[in-house]
Amino acid sequence: MLKFFEFPKSLKNTRFHYCPGCHHSIAHRLLCEVIDELGIQDKSLGIASIGCSCFLYFYIDVDIVEAPHGRACAAATGAKRARPDLVVFTYQGDGDFASIGFNESFHTALRGEKITAIMINNTVYGMTGGQASPTTVPGQKTTTTPEGKDPQYLGYPPKIAEILATLESVAFSARVALNTPKRIIDARKAIKNAFLAQINNLGFGYVEILSACPINWKMDPVSANKHIDKLTEIFPLGIFKDKVSESLKSKKGD
Amino acid sequence: MKTKKILVKGVEAIALGALEAECKCYFGYPITPQNDIPEFMARELPKRGGVFLQAESELAAINMLLGACATGTRAMTTSSSPGISLMCEGFSYIAALELPAVIVNVMRGGPGLGGIEASQGDYFQAVKGSGHGDFHFLVLAPYNAQEAYELTAKAFELAEKYRNPIMILSDAILGQMKEPLVLKKLKIKKYPKDDWALTGAKGRPSRFLRSLFLDAQELKEMNIKLMKKYKAMQKDIKFESDISEEDNIIVVAFGSIARIAKEAVNNLREKGYSVGYFRPITLFPFPEKPIKKIIEKAKKPLKFIVPELNCGQMIEDVRLAVEGRASVISLPYPPSVIPFPEEIEKEIKKCLNSLSSRKV
Repeated sequence: MLKFFEFPKSLKNTRFHYCPGCHHSIAHRLLCEVIDELGIQDKSLGIASIGCSCFLYFYIDVDIVEAPHGRACAAATGAKRARPDLVVFTYQGDGDFASIGFNESFHTALRGEKITAIMINNTVYGMTGGQASPTTVPGQKTTTTPEGKDPQYLGYPPKIAEILATLESVAFSARVALNTPKRIIDARKAIKNAFLAQINNLGFGYVEILSACPINWKMDPVSANKHIDKLTEIFPLGIFKDKVSESLKSKKGD
Repeated sequence: MKTKKILVKGVEAIALGALEAECKCYFGYPITPQNDIPEFMARELPKRGGVFLQAESELAAINMLLGACATGTRAMTTSSSPGISLMCEGFSYIAALELPAVIVNVMRGGPGLGGIEASQGDYFQAVKGSGHGDFHFLVLAPYNAQEAYELTAKAFELAEKYRNPIMILSDAILGQMKEPLVLKKLKIKKYPKDDWALTGAKGRPSRFLRSLFLDAQELKEMNIKLMKKYKAMQKDIKFESDISEEDNIIVVAFGSIARIAKEAVNNLREKGYSVGYFRPITLFPFPEKPIKKIIEKAKKPLKFIVPELNCGQMIEDVRLAVEGRASVISLPYPPSVIPFPEEIEKEIKKCLNSLSSRKV
């Protein structure tokens, strides 16, 4: 019998601790599907970060080390430089990647480290209870912007995927979302290409995933899912850099 | 094979020691007075199939070290005082993850930006735990180029033996002074890493290294495990001592100032004074037991004099070792003015005079 659908091999059969309506579990599953498809489970090294996804190692069945808050890309750099034969990826939140760890993230991309970084952008610090992050959008109420984020006071959210795309050494940079089946399929493709960027030695691979955080957004899961559409007005979905497809095309052309 | 004798700076001796131990990766950020090490590594490591990478900050460097060590690769970083401060977060994580990392601090004067001349102002930082939580480095303090070479190489072995970060605590004098170094072939043991290193789960179940334990009991057990490890390190205590039972003054010093103190002690001995010399080489674990033994064996009441290139830091550990059974006097030399042996001699004599006047 032909199997169309099965439980990913590299996803541990553990119940997720994530809140109802959170998109982490979908992102985890997609990551595992890509790891399985590329056949890299036994040569992957994941770098867990600090935030809701710090328990990555309870779910993803590959070798994983936990880095300090914001330092995942630096730890990934060290691991990849020490063992270039490994497939190294980070899984970070917006606070981790774009606030406390922005310097490490940016310079890792700047050097074109052959690693894959997945950034879950839910516009808040989820784990610590919903404080404002750099990607908190204008007017958004958080526990540290109780009146709504005032851009005159705190600035506008950075478009990290677009910023990284400007760097020569970045091989793949995309922003995806998980609130519709079509977008989930696109997200899976993007994650795969972000891995191919390092596997094919092209450079740094980056995927930013707009992700729902119903609890901290004070929304039910359905409204939070819909709210992602609003976020795409500020954080447009798309592929901003893709040396992977270019290289695959040219290989086919040879 | 003939052993080579060369003239090198202390920092080069450190780098050569790392190469002798087959260090494969170096991560660091420029800061004076240790820049010769990254420059040396940038030239030499790639030739040996190793990796040199200049990080964007000390924060990044220490976490690159974390990542490399997690794969079981021999790796190191070096810095000087302000840079070491920036790495403190990483130290705590590396200790918690039980990674065998080697970290070198070529101390300069502080606090703040301080100065670039010699200081031992980071003793507390190195010995008392420089990040959050209960953790310790094993701290090695060389006092010449030869020791810098040998202890740095040994640090890689000890790091693997205990799965713990090792700190080499050097300073600007030792680092920048040129001295002869005998390039001995050293026996540096390698410990198996198959049971913990993250190398991709080929032919084995996947594994992870973490420092987050939200379960109270688990975190307690983790801390007890570390406590036991720090106790076990007592076996690797190193010190140099030159003491007779007749001595009633013991000078305790480490690193560069120990050389000046040693000369002062020898000068006084030639003049017929009963003065002993004790130099801790491991600063953590601190050689407490050897100090206790000195007190037990002494025939006369003892006084310990502790000259340091700081405002008095190691003296606290000497006091803890002495447990009130002898008086302990601090001889602080804050950075960056280095005393001549004669100055230390004068201070020792003052103590001797006070001892004899008390008898009368």
